[in-house]
Amino acid sequence: MEKIILGKPIEVNEEGYMTNFSQWNKEIGEELAKEAHIPLSSRHWQVINYIQDEYKKEVPLSIRKIGKSGVVDIKEFYSLFPTAPLKTATKIAGIPKPASCI
Amino acid sequence: MSTTNGEINKMMIILSKATLENVYAAFVLANGARSEGIEAEIFFTFFGLEAVQKNKNEKLHVATVGNPAMHIPTMIGGLPGMEAAATYIMKKEMEKVDMPEIPEFLDILKCSGVKMWACKLAVDMFHLKREDLVDEVDDIITVGDFYTKAKGEGVHMLFI
Repeated sequence: MEKIILGKPIEVNEEGYMTNFSQWNKEIGEELAKEAHIPLSSRHWQVINYIQDEYKKEVPLSIRKIGKSGVVDIKEFYSLFPTAPLKTATKIAGIPKPASCI
Repeated sequence: MSTTNGEINKMMIILSKATLENVYAAFVLANGARSEGIEAEIFFTFFGLEAVQKNKNEKLHVATVGNPAMHIPTMIGGLPGMEAAATYIMKKEMEKVDMPEIPEFLDILKCSGVKMWACKLAVDMFHLKREDLVDEVDDIITVGDFYTKAKGEGVHMLFI
């Protein structure tokens, strides 16, 4: 599937997750955040950068790992990205939805 | 009745057992709900209370007797040390799939916004006090209180 973001066709799946990370940039991240009704602060960006780094290292993401990251604790993670933080954060970060159950 | 077109808004989970696999089932379901944006509350009743009792919740075991999925004869499963051995093996496997131990899991649930309630009747029956329960427990409430908290659309109740 393709979706037009900032005038460019972006590859996404049926849930709206980007499927080609090389198409991601900060401006696209901002647009995806607007769709999720999340105004991004520098704290948000720190978390997004962290999960993108983990993704690049092929480390599977989970709420527990985020909590142990030293970047953000679980409580703040939920307050930064309310309702389904891992799903929302990964969507904005342009990476696939984590398949973790924990 | 749900009028949310089948969408789940809140999971009300009742945990009545303290075998490790049941406690984990309740916790994984509650945590999974929160990470999907679904509210979750757990009502700890009867033996389920052990999961929120200080000094006890670190020592929960898997059941080796009366559990055909263990694939060991029941009489062997009943030998001293069998439960501990099976629990040890299971915990090692759980760590491999990033499953936290019970106390850490309770902290994760609390930080994720899961409400946790202790059943008043069971607390009284086991002669427990608030201070016997971990801090993550929000309050000791009656079954009636729990039903009141379950009001709303798209609320599902699950007994474990």
